[in-house]
Order: sequence, then C-alpha cells, then structure tokens
Amino acid sequence: MASGSHRLAAGGRIERARPIAFTLEGRRLQGFGGDTLASALLAAGVGVLGRSFKYHRPRGLLAAGVEEPNGLLTLGEGGGRTPNVPATTVELAEGIVATRQNGWPSVDVDLMAALTACAAPLLGAGFYYKTFMGPRRGSWMLYEPYIRRAAGLGRGTHATDPDRYETRHAFTDVLVIGAGPAGLAAARAAAQAGARVMLVEQDFALGGSLLATRSDSPLEPWRAALESELQAFANLSIGLRTTALGVYDGNTLALLERHDHARPDASRGAAREVIVTLRARAIVYACGAAERPLVFADNDRPGVMLCSAVRAYLNRYAVAAGRRAVLATNNDSAYATARDLAAAGVPVTVLDERARPDAATAQALRAAGIEVRAGVRVARALGGRALKGVEFEPVEGGRTERLDADILGMSGGWSPVVHLTSHTGRKPVYRAALDAFVPQSYAAGHFGAGALTGSLTLSAALAEGREAGLAAAAHAGCSRAVGPSPAPPVADEAVGFEASPPRPPERRGKAFVDFQNDVTTDDIALAHEEGYVSVEHLKRYTTLGMGTDQGKTSNVNAARWMAALRGVELPAAGTTTYRPPYTPVSIGALAGRHIGARFRPTRRSPLHDWHVTNGAVMIEAGPWLRPWYYRWAGDGAASAYVEEMRLVRGGVGVSDVSTLGKIDVQGPDAAEFLNRVYVNGFAKLPIGKARYGVMLNDDATVLDDGTTARFGETRYFMTTTTGQAAEVMSWLEFLLQTAWTDLRVQVVSVTDAFAGMSLAGPRARAALELAFPELDVSDTALPHMGAREVQVDGMRLRLLRLSFSGELAYELYAPADRGIALWERLLGRAAPLGLKPYGLEALASLRIEKGHVAGLELDHRNTLDDLGLGKMAASAKAYIGRELRVRPDLRAAQRWSLVGLECLEPQARLRGGAILFARGDAIAGHGRGYITSVTWSTVLDKYIALGLYQGGLKHVGEEILCAYPLKGETVRARIVQPVFIDPAGERLHV
Amino acid sequence: MLRIPCPQCGERDYTEFRYGGDATKVRPAHGSGDLKSWHDHVFLFDNPKGAHREFWQHVQGCRQWLVLERDTATNTAGRSWLARERGAREAPHG
Repeated sequence: MASGSHRLAAGGRIERARPIAFTLEGRRLQGFGGDTLASALLAAGVGVLGRSFKYHRPRGLLAAGVEEPNGLLTLGEGGGRTPNVPATTVELAEGIVATRQNGWPSVDVDLMAALTACAAPLLGAGFYYKTFMGPRRGSWMLYEPYIRRAAGLGRGTHATDPDRYETRHAFTDVLVIGAGPAGLAAARAAAQAGARVMLVEQDFALGGSLLATRSDSPLEPWRAALESELQAFANLSIGLRTTALGVYDGNTLALLERHDHARPDASRGAAREVIVTLRARAIVYACGAAERPLVFADNDRPGVMLCSAVRAYLNRYAVAAGRRAVLATNNDSAYATARDLAAAGVPVTVLDERARPDAATAQALRAAGIEVRAGVRVARALGGRALKGVEFEPVEGGRTERLDADILGMSGGWSPVVHLTSHTGRKPVYRAALDAFVPQSYAAGHFGAGALTGSLTLSAALAEGREAGLAAAAHAGCSRAVGPSPAPPVADEAVGFEASPPRPPERRGKAFVDFQNDVTTDDIALAHEEGYVSVEHLKRYTTLGMGTDQGKTSNVNAARWMAALRGVELPAAGTTTYRPPYTPVSIGALAGRHIGARFRPTRRSPLHDWHVTNGAVMIEAGPWLRPWYYRWAGDGAASAYVEEMRLVRGGVGVSDVSTLGKIDVQGPDAAEFLNRVYVNGFAKLPIGKARYGVMLNDDATVLDDGTTARFGETRYFMTTTTGQAAEVMSWLEFLLQTAWTDLRVQVVSVTDAFAGMSLAGPRARAALELAFPELDVSDTALPHMGAREVQVDGMRLRLLRLSFSGELAYELYAPADRGIALWERLLGRAAPLGLKPYGLEALASLRIEKGHVAGLELDHRNTLDDLGLGKMAASAKAYIGRELRVRPDLRAAQRWSLVGLECLEPQARLRGGAILFARGDAIAGHGRGYITSVTWSTVLDKYIALGLYQGGLKHVGEEILCAYPLKGETVRARIVQPVFIDPAGERLHV
Repeated sequence: MLRIPCPQCGERDYTEFRYGGDATKVRPAHGSGDLKSWHDHVFLFDNPKGAHREFWQHVQGCRQWLVLERDTATNTAGRSWLARERGAREAPHG
C-alpha cells in the first residue's frame, strides 16, 4: 500500500490508466476512472465526510451505494451547486468540486459539535415540541430563525441553474429494473423470447452484487461475457446511470437518466438529467437487497461500515478501508469479506453473534488464519474521528474484551429493497427467515426475482431472473423459445442467518438506528414511552426514515427495536408507506424544459406584433399576453390607464378584445339551444340583432355572460368572457352530446379565427364613418345591439353595436389574418378624431364605472340575484338552472349581493379583496362582504368599487368600513348603486 | 398513468382529456320543473369503489365526449364509446 493512501497496488475494477483529478474543499486529490467520489476519498484517506444532522458527530462512509446515509457532500459551485449528494453515487469525473457539510467553521473543527454535546440530553426525539415554548406565547418565533439556520445539512443556492434538463416519453414490452445477476438473467431471457426489453441500472456498470466480488475470480470474465451477450441483442436497450424513481398506475414509471459524468454542455443543448416517462407492458423487479447495520453503542464512528461496503471498496475500487479489521455479523455473508480482506493482507477478526456459525465456513476461515469468535457481539465502537478499537462481549452477558481496529464491518442481515414494489400500494410482508420484508404479491404483469424476493444465492438469482424474464415476455405477448440461464462458474456463497437476539437498552453511548437523522435507540424508547408506538407515529415523532435515504438502512432495525419494546412480533409492527422518488431527484429534472416562458403556453392576439411595436406594455392575463396600457398615455400603469379612460369617456379609443371566447353556433335547432342555455329569451332574437345573455350552472350559480348575435336563420355568433371560453365550449358540447342529442346544432370554437376590437367613446360613430365611408353606420342603419356582416375591401367583417364601457361603442371582428389591417385602418383614418388604442387596465376600469359584472364577480359562487341580474331571467321559458334557483338559501335576504362603493377618504384608496364591515362592527372575522373590483374614476375623481355586501342595496347611503389587514388599512366608504355613470344608459342611444 | 381509449382517436394519455363526472346519473329532462330531481342530480351521487362509468372529453383531440368504464380502485380503464352514439347507459355492441 502506498503510504498515506489506502489504495491497493493491484486489483479492483478501476482504470488505473485513467487518473482523474478533483478537489475537496480546495485540496487537490486524485482518483481513477471507475471510482466513485466516495471510493476516491476513502483511498485518499479522508475518513470524516461530514457532521451528523443533530449531534454534529463526525461521520464517515457507511455504505458503498445509494443507501449511504452519512457521506453527503455538496458538489459544484454557483448555480450548479448541489447539496446533499451521496458521494457513493457520484461517478468520479474530471474537475469535480466537492465540499463537506454541516460543520462550522469546518467539518474537521466543528464548534457546533461541542455545543450539541452539552445540549444532547435536550435534543431527543420531538424536542422541539417540548422546548422553546416560553417565556411568552409566540416566543417560538424568536427561536425559530436560529433553529432554522442550524437545521439541514447542505446549503442550496438561489443562483440560476445553468444546466439543461429534458423530459422524454418511452415505451417498452419488458422493463427490467436492476442489473445484478437476477436482472441480467431476466433481461437475457426476455430478449431471447423476442420482447422489446429495457434494462435500467442506477450504477454506471452492470453486475450489481457481482461487482463486489474479487476481480480475479472466475466471476469477472463470466460477468463480462454476459454483458457482451446482452449488448448484442438488437431488441434490448441498456440504460446505465438510470434510476427507476417510481412506479405509477397503468405500468407507468419515472426513470431518471444522469449524464453528469459526461460534463454535458448546456449551451450545446446537452442535458444534465433526463426524466423518462416510461410505459411498460411488463415489469421485472430485480432491485436486490441492502445490508442492515448492527445496533450498538457508537456504531456511527468513522470506520464503522457495512461488511458489504468494506468488500465493495476492496474488490471493486481496490481500496482497503483500514489496516486492521474486525467484522461483526449475524450471518454468513460477512465471511466472504473476511476472506477477501485476508487475501489482500489485512488482518481480520470475525465476531459472530451466532453461537454455532456454519461449521464449514468458519473452519475454512480459521484454516486461512482468520480468527472467528462465536456467540459474541459488539458492545461499543471506540474512537472519535476515527475508529480505534472494538469492545465486545458474549451475547449471554459477561466480560467485555477489546480489539484494536481501524475498520469495523457490520452485517445485521439483508433487507430486500421493496420500495418500488410497494409504490402501487401493495405493502410488503414479513419473512422471519430473513427478519425482513419481502414483496407480498405483484400486480398483473409485474414479477420479482433474486435478492428482492429473499433469494440471496447467485444460482437462485439466475434461475428466478430467467423465470421472471420469460413470464414478463409472455405477458407482453412474446414467447420464443429460450435457452437455460448461464451457469455460474463458482459455487454459491453461504447465506445462513440468525436474527440478532434482543439487546437491553444501551447505556454506554448512543446506538444509532437512523444515521442520517441522528435517531438512536433512546429516541425509539422515548417514542414508545410516550405512546407513539405504531410505525407511522414512530417515524414522524422521531423523524426516523424521513431523511434523503428514506430509511434504507434504518427501517427494519427500527421496526424490530419497537417490536421488542412492545413485546410483539415484527409483523405486527409493519412498515411505513414507501413513496416515490426512490432516490432524491432534482427539481430541474422534474421541470424539464417547462421553465421560464415555457412554463405554460402563451397565447397571443392576432394584433400582438402591432402592440409590441407601438408602445404597448404587455401583461399576462391567464395564458394570454394583452396590452396592459400604452406608453402614449403615460409612463406607468397607474397614470396611463387614467389617461386612456379619459380618452374613451371624452373622445374615442380602440381596444383589442380578440381574447374573448367566440363560438359559432349553427343548425335548425340553434335558437332552441340558445334559449335553453341562457336565462333570458333567445328564441325570437331577430336576424341582425345581438343580445346580452347570462348562463347558469345546473346549481343556479352564474357560469358566464356574453353576447350572442344572429347573423342568419340558423347562424349565431356567441361571445364569452376570456376566462371562461374553454369552460363554456366544453359545456355546450357536453349538453349536445350527452343530454340533447336530438337537437340539430353544431358548435365550433372560432376564438382564434377572429381578431376583435372595441371602438368606444362619444365619437365612436364618427370614427367608424371615417374608417368605412362605404358603409351606412347611422343610428337607424346600425341601432343599439345591431349586428351586421359587411364586406369592405374584400374583407368580411362582423360589426356589432354594443358597449362594455357605457359609452357609444362598437365591436368589430375580422378574420385573424386581416386583424392588423383593420386595426391600422381604424387608427389611420380616424386619427383626426384623436383615436388612440387603450389597454386592459382602462378596459376593466371603464366597465367598473358602468357597473358591468365581469370575471371578478362571476366566480361560480354568485347567483343572478346576487349580481342584480335577477330581472333577466325569463318567466315563461325553461333555462338551465331554473329549478335549483328557487332554493330558499339562494333567496335569503342576508345573502351578499352587488353594491357600488365610493371612497370617502381622499388620501386613501380602496383595494380589491378588502373585507367590508358596518360601522360599529369589530374588525374581525369574515365581515359582511368584500370588494370585487376597484378603479379610480375619472368621472367622479375618486376611488370607486364594486363589491358584495350582506343585504346589498338595502344599505345604499350607509357608510361602511373596508379593511385590508395585509396592509393594515381600514378605509371609510359609502354604499351606492352599482352604476357610476349614465344610469339611464343615454350614452348608448345617441 | 391512465391511458384512455378514445373511440375516434385510439388509446391516449389521460392528459389529453377533461373529466366530466358520473355518467351513471340520468340528467332530468330540460324544464322538468322538479326541484327534487334536479337537486338529487346535481348534489347527490354514489362514489363506488370498483367498476364505474364516467364522462371524459377528448379536449386535445376530437373534442368528443365519451363514456369510459373505469375501475376506481385500480385506476384501470375499460371500454369506451361515444356518448352521443349510444348514450351513457348502453354499452356498444361487442
């Protein structure tokens, strides 16, 4: 061994010809191709990889794979900074920048450790429910910032993520999860049977547990040959570095492909991570099993590891984790580790809890000069920053002995990885022979094989894998003949196991069960004492299993410990629910390309380009981009919309209303259809007229309002509000296709087919005359609510005279591709009248002055009568909602109904959402109503609003209070009629 | 996730559809004037575990409303047919 380094001179599965440089906290280190960050750090002699979550104890690696709870590092800098990455899952690549976590000022010299050592007795499970409660109510908020800062392990970043992420869909006949021996056999069989197969493996090499065997054993060439054979199948795709995150309904899975090792260049479109939504006809789970730690005092010291991890570091990465090893075990699998350590020149002692371990295996070890002690267990690990020795004692009790050691491997048995098989809600079942949980049953088309099912030998894994692969292929309809599975070149290793006998409460130090969240046996005992005995309560009270490792090394030990305390068998304790993701996944990957402007689709009016070029400031209104205001009117929204309102009230303005829903309704029964859907009469609407209509839901709340014009005997043109367009469209289609199939009506959405504009103001007719001298738009030719289809310059236009603002107004509709032409024609020819465009803010404000209800009032909670529209409802005909409209509660006198409000305080303003109170009310609770829409009235020179108030217009003239607690404002206002200009509607009839 | 067989367009992802509620209820005749039957139709419905029939609209495809048999316990889709062809209560031939 090179001095200062734990790397062996020969062996392993690393590429010694490919050295790779990386840094740890600025210190330059080197590993090799085939290393993980963990193995490279271990080789470099870095023993302490971080400080634990609560107690700030120094921690080293426990495992070699995804189940690692301790070795979480922060990788990268700036926007690419990623905290809490298990070093065991990071494929070593050139230029990795790593930092250890949770120590201040550093992990090596951590002052928090001293602090928490003193406070440790106060930091037991649920301590925050019992401390930091006083001295006064609300004191918690004084402590909370400090506790928040102390919590967590790594630190994230607010900088923009420079990496690119993608999402993709894929389909396959058979998915095999896991490329250990069972998965390899399953993939081979399914591919031979003729199925389209996908094999996914989260590691960067195929083999699973095979990769932890000696690289000079016959297993290695055998594994390599099997890998070559698989790669030759045209119908088998192999995904390395691909984690199955979760299994969902309909055989849908989320897979995460990781490309960090390839240093993807976002500027060239290369993605760092890809989420694949996969649909598989059949699934084979070959997820394997994870080793359990043993539970004894100070089992968290750096240098204490899982036996299988010691073996993996030795055989796969050529790293001897120490120079003097002790292996503590209750099963045979540790003996393979002992043999391999001895062969590498590391002195080993095996402490077997079993009184009579397998005679043949123990004999073989002793013959190789390895000491095997039976019937003993570890009492305590000695050392602080690094293991120094091991105290052990007979299982029955007796004198403790001590051994020097700098590496202690522990093996408490094997827990099948049942996460994925449990995602669809099938809870695993306890198997006493393993003292662990296995899948109880599988959904149709799902199969399990290998260590996942509790079969720990190589020959069983191969046989079960082949069977599962065949069954999966058959389920997918492929059943070509398949040969036998490849015979393993070595005999099975021994797998004998005896569950550890119960231990008395640990007095000699902290015995950890969940390493990541610092949960000890004392915490489990405390939970038991306080009544949190079910696994679900235990989990949440102690936070056991709630770390980023999802309890992969802690769940079973915890269940066993609690079962012993309760005096019940383990099955009664059970497991908690496993939920996706199996391992943490970055938010970026889940977002994929749906970020920024692509978060959702953007809808643009046909006039969009004109607005942007001509001084419009755009605003998002739902998915639409609309002109908020125009710069000709002012520099900011607050002043500009007032100018635009003045333009409309005093002259003429034009606004883009293309976003309104537009529906073409045609057919012999169209009139009848409209008559059923609107509350007011449409059966006798004359051709050439438009009518304002209101639709109700079946429950008599208002669904939408709009205008429908009749252009022909069987042809109608309906408009809806922008926000409800899709809703109304689906509703009309629903009625015609499911309820009224006898009506001969067709409905088609033409929202995007037409550009629409509203020309409004006292000079609107004059503007129209200038723009279309060839048309007769006089009051007689185009009366109020008239609707005409006209031809101008080869352009077919729809011209309606109706008003949203309360001024004389017209709505013009042109085919979308002629929209800008129409718009420019209006603006150009009517320029002498001062015609200018006005935006959404002014549009909304004008209608408030007129008292028109809109989206803010039409929230599906209000009835016709609430909104003052009760008189619209026809008495003679049926309409949707008519029956349920008469429910007593909908007619109650104390309902909140539409009122107008005038602000009484010149220096203050009214706010939408303000809660209304009568004078004398305590300002608390829900009040008597709320403000729905607010604007500054250019006509009244004050703030006005529409709102809902208990008892409504009965209170006209009363002074009330508008409370806005978010800003601490309470403003006086007067209730008035909800019309602020021209209540008689004279301006509409000029 | 759920794959829905549209009679017009074939098997599609549920994200292309809009859910339309219980298809086993019978909508009272328009203008029946009966408060109770309308109240029961709008506010009362069973929530069965297992076989169910529902309305779905293929909004991102043919915009047809269909009746879908779905098992609410396993979230698996069964047969579907156009609502307007056979109505909600009858299944298509074969």
